[in-house]
Amino acid sequence: MDLDFTEQEDAFRAEARDWLAAHVPGTPLPSLETAEGFAAHRQWERTLFTDRWSVVSWPEEYGGRGSSILRWLIFEEEYYAAGAPGRVSQNGINLLAPTLFEHGTQEQCTRILPRMASGEVIWAQAWSEPESGSDLASLNATAVRTDGGWLLGGQKAWSSRAAFADRAFGLFRSDPDAGRPHQGLTYLMFPLDADGVTVRPIGRLDGKPAFAELFLDDVFVPDEDVIGEPGQGWRVAMSTAGNERGLTLRSPGRFTAAADRLTALWRERADPADTALRDRVADAVIGARAYQLFTYAGASRLARGGSIGAESSLNKIFWSELDIALHETALDLLGPYGELADGAEEAPGHGSWAEGYTFSLAGPIYAGTNEIQRDIIAERLLGLPKGRR
Amino acid sequence: MRFLLDDEQREFARTLDGMLGSYDTTGAVRAWASGDHGPGRALWDRLAQAGVFALAVPEQHDGLGPLPLELAVAFTELGRHAVPGPLVETVAAAALLDRLGDEAAAADWLPVIASGKTVASLCLLSPDSPYALDADAADAVFVVDGDTLRLAASAGPVQPSADPARRPARPVGGTVLARGPEVVAAAAYAADIAALATAAQALGLGRALLARTIEYVRQRTQFGVAIGSFQAVKHRLADTLLALEFAQPLVHSAALALASGRASARETAAAKVTAGEAAYAASRTALQLHGALGYTDELDLSLWIRKARPLRDAWGTPAACRARVLQGADV
Repeated sequence: MDLDFTEQEDAFRAEARDWLAAHVPGTPLPSLETAEGFAAHRQWERTLFTDRWSVVSWPEEYGGRGSSILRWLIFEEEYYAAGAPGRVSQNGINLLAPTLFEHGTQEQCTRILPRMASGEVIWAQAWSEPESGSDLASLNATAVRTDGGWLLGGQKAWSSRAAFADRAFGLFRSDPDAGRPHQGLTYLMFPLDADGVTVRPIGRLDGKPAFAELFLDDVFVPDEDVIGEPGQGWRVAMSTAGNERGLTLRSPGRFTAAADRLTALWRERADPADTALRDRVADAVIGARAYQLFTYAGASRLARGGSIGAESSLNKIFWSELDIALHETALDLLGPYGELADGAEEAPGHGSWAEGYTFSLAGPIYAGTNEIQRDIIAERLLGLPKGRR
Repeated sequence: MRFLLDDEQREFARTLDGMLGSYDTTGAVRAWASGDHGPGRALWDRLAQAGVFALAVPEQHDGLGPLPLELAVAFTELGRHAVPGPLVETVAAAALLDRLGDEAAAADWLPVIASGKTVASLCLLSPDSPYALDADAADAVFVVDGDTLRLAASAGPVQPSADPARRPARPVGGTVLARGPEVVAAAAYAADIAALATAAQALGLGRALLARTIEYVRQRTQFGVAIGSFQAVKHRLADTLLALEFAQPLVHSAALALASGRASARETAAAKVTAGEAAYAASRTALQLHGALGYTDELDLSLWIRKARPLRDAWGTPAACRARVLQGADV
């Protein structure tokens, strides 16, 4: 067992660090949940792509570097330590791309992935519906067979990035008579500016249009935009949910960098006699380190040919709770400035703590609520009997 | 980088687990608690034969080590089986004597510690730690007071602990073995080893509490169904697993830091507080989910439950550990 990096990995780290030092914007970009910020972040994705830093773990043919998961972790550590912008393309990169790698056709990969990597096409996820959140298998939006493709109907909700994104992907009920709720679903992609699509942005807790409702009225999708077999959408979607790229939803680099900034804030501002606050800072530092090490262990298992399954539920609960604790501690350190929203002239750190705090509050809710994750852990990792929810 | 135990280390853990599982370990714990050290000493001999104490002793003194990672692996198993005795204190004493630079003292003590002939205890005197654990059962009690190391003449009266299998006592008198800055440095290293071993022990203890509780909630029925099917029960156990799973890599990385000679105080502190809190939370969950049955002395579960709180606080309270994590310039 060791935690040592090879010379090549150290060189890779140095290369990433140098590139980021030369390219990360000196002033933070506006929030990516605004029209102006979205455009600026799209431009940043292009800059990353130009030097093949936007998707380091992807094959070179799609604009990546074919890097190992470990190098991806190294890159992410450097990325967040450098204070680089949040990734506006992350829905596509983390959720759609792994599915395409596993189930997409060669034509789909070639057509979709490079433009995703360059930020030319930014993807929104369209999983949830008003009556289908964590119980995703209950969804009702429909895909009806038509000549050469499908017609989508119904409504999607809380669709992240959809206010400004170009295209979306999601599951649709294509066979309402198919027995069990998670059968008869089809995984489809569609443009957000297509005829029949109405996008209604929804303000987040901080008022920014971070997601949207989508109303679909006979939206035509050609067959080439179905991923996997029609009717097999659930299997297609779930097969990539816990795979190695399940590691990539929230990389440890975000938290180690945030814990470093929190520690700096504490040294700068805290009353040394306030041991309660000190303990919370320490817990954030320890939590970030624990998450980093846990991920290294996961990456080591993958490198040895193992897989990540229900363990990704442990990850999800851990980072989402750590994220909130970390930001709450920062707000407490900021005292009277803690309530200043990003955009307030006097908001410390350009409001990054305030925006990060609001964002963190969503963590235990999305990507499967933490309650659902605890059920998964109890049933699949601990072997406890299924019961009423 | 390969942050995984290797096959040999896993096999070592399995061997210890099997050995401790086939021995009447709970009987030894109860005997130890009543002051009968016989079965515990017999168990100690078996652990020594398996090489546990030799892991803390360098090869030139008949040891195998020092091997902090293997120590962590071993102590996880010792915790899993709630083995009694000054286990942590013995390996910490070995670490201290190894680091002291006093060849004669090392030659006197390290081979007999490695072989299991000598059970040692260690007290790094401070207002926070006035006691030596199981001094009444130990063959040698080492005491560091400031820059002075002495071998205690005797143990004071045992002060009953919340965990009756822990028998703290104030060491009395004795002869000076060494004095000077090297004592201070060696004691700091010994404290790190002790924190690591205690963290690993807590981790194993927590895993045993979780395993026993899972077994229980699967068979205990209320309202006509297994209580393990209730979401409130499941979620508490999921959180228990979560805390233990994220404590383990901290324990392993602290061991790696000690093995490599890197500054390790912050890493052992992080491991200690996290594993200690995880095990303590596991004990609370175990008690709650066993209900009134868990609140009895008769059920063996009590042997694990009662250890959790003292382990959380021994060799670095949570507050002291958290303070240490934030010491030093770089984070």
